[in-house]
Amino acid sequence: MRTVPAETTRMKTAASKISSFVDRRQALVYPAPAVIGLFLIVVIPIGYNLYLAFTKWTIGLGDPRFIGIDNFIELFRDDRVLNGLKVMIYFSGLSLTLELVLGLLIALYFHREFKGSEIVQAIYIFPFAATPVAVALIWRIMLNPEIGVLNYLLTSIGLPGSLWISSAATVVPALVMVDVWKWTPMITLIVLAGLKSLPNDPYEAARIDGANTLQIFWYITLPLIRPVLIAALMLRSLDNLKEFDIIYTITQGGPGVASETLYLYSYKVAFGFFKAGYGSALMVVVFLIVLVFNVVMNRMRLSAQDI
Amino acid sequence: MGMFFMANGSRITKLFRSTLFYIGAVALCLPPVFVFVWMILTGLKTGVQNISYPPQFIFSPTLENFRAVFAQYNFFKYLMNSLIVASLATGLSLLLGLPAAYSIAKYRQGRIGVLILVARMTPFVSYLLPWYIIFRYLNLIDTYTALTITHLIITLPMVIWLMISFFESVPAELEDAAMIDGCSSLQSFRIIVLPLVRNGIATSAIISFIFSWNQFLFSLILSGPKTKTVPVAVYNFISYGKIDWAGIGAAATLIVLPVSIFAFFVRKSIVQGLTMGALKD
Repeated sequence: MRTVPAETTRMKTAASKISSFVDRRQALVYPAPAVIGLFLIVVIPIGYNLYLAFTKWTIGLGDPRFIGIDNFIELFRDDRVLNGLKVMIYFSGLSLTLELVLGLLIALYFHREFKGSEIVQAIYIFPFAATPVAVALIWRIMLNPEIGVLNYLLTSIGLPGSLWISSAATVVPALVMVDVWKWTPMITLIVLAGLKSLPNDPYEAARIDGANTLQIFWYITLPLIRPVLIAALMLRSLDNLKEFDIIYTITQGGPGVASETLYLYSYKVAFGFFKAGYGSALMVVVFLIVLVFNVVMNRMRLSAQDI
Repeated sequence: MGMFFMANGSRITKLFRSTLFYIGAVALCLPPVFVFVWMILTGLKTGVQNISYPPQFIFSPTLENFRAVFAQYNFFKYLMNSLIVASLATGLSLLLGLPAAYSIAKYRQGRIGVLILVARMTPFVSYLLPWYIIFRYLNLIDTYTALTITHLIITLPMVIWLMISFFESVPAELEDAAMIDGCSSLQSFRIIVLPLVRNGIATSAIISFIFSWNQFLFSLILSGPKTKTVPVAVYNFISYGKIDWAGIGAAATLIVLPVSIFAFFVRKSIVQGLTMGALKD
């Protein structure tokens, strides 16, 4: 193919040797730095974390001591683990449901192009990119039950105010509100991309058959969009089940432990009490929850695709 | 009414529909705009105005908080720290991620995707603990190195996923032609392929920058007085007993403004960075 240039007859320099190696082994050489990098910064820490889960170790005091599955037995005796699980299910169940439903409705709204929809969309997705800690702090000011602007607005239109984050009964819904405000745009954008790629034929057929808007949505759009909805839910769950910034900034898990998710508790165990072994065991549990949830959802997604 | 409707059927429906759309537009814009405006207002009020009830909507604004944030809290240093870490993380992500994404797109190396998925699924605290221990041992707590390495955990997978789809759109014939003309693989990558995907590179750079800028958890533990980034700096406004709401308002505005402007330009692609190509199959 290539004509042999004169240089190759001379002693190959190191540089040209490397160059020709890269040419021959492109599929190996190009991804190598990133794969090695990810291995070092991702896989090794995960392995170390797993090892620590089977040890007892307070950071700064002596060395990790192998104790088998004692940490995992300890989980069942720890009230805050059960509490963390409950809070996690409450927070994630409520926020994911709301984000999915609202995200879908708003995506349907944007799917009909109208004058100015570009601008509305740009404003609507602002919370999505905004620095979580910064906006969560502003929410914390607004949610103050005594001087906060939200209660002022509610009472000035004749509605009762709420204790929001100051009461164990309302703290999780209040945090869900912030999470919905921040992350619904992500679901909307994913579903909107899905809606744009739907085939046109079923809609034409339905219109010829005289189906109304609601029927078209229920019998055509919803089944077609289901795989995308589940994919959006999976992606959102990756971050939502591990929500840290919003909860930590606004309540740090309080009042008491009323908004302390299992993930937040694992952080506190590791970096508040410096119990590396037990903290690691908790993190492994959080990882398994995320994994199982996503495996189940992926099954559902694949079967929804087959229909 | 019915006759009126029949006579002007399509026009009335159209008017009704567009009115509905504008009501929807207002409803959708209100929550983000309100929080954004309240953030700026909080920054423009005095400390006393911020804790007065009822909350003040009309007042004579002061820039004092913005001055204080720089003068007392040394905020310029934190902005620089964030800028340095986000730039390093983005630069390294591109350096490592571009060739990898190109190869994945060209040779269909799907297995690397599994590694990226694992990286995304693992709780950040699971990385943080080992990294904290390692960096403590190596005396690297409170250094740009520690922050950049941990931020790469987030930005590198993101850059790779974003770039795969951009590289897939590059026609293979162009490279073949370059090879026949005697270009080495690296030359054709640099001279032919990369310029074709420069929009994608700009997009992934911006998105990577935003996510590094916004990162809180890693910086909370691994940074210190020397390398504190802006999310940690603004969070510290509340951890000294009394809370400086006015300062938080001003600082939050300074932090959110640059990423909001960036996000505006990449809003179409930002989803793809997070969806990891899930929509394609």
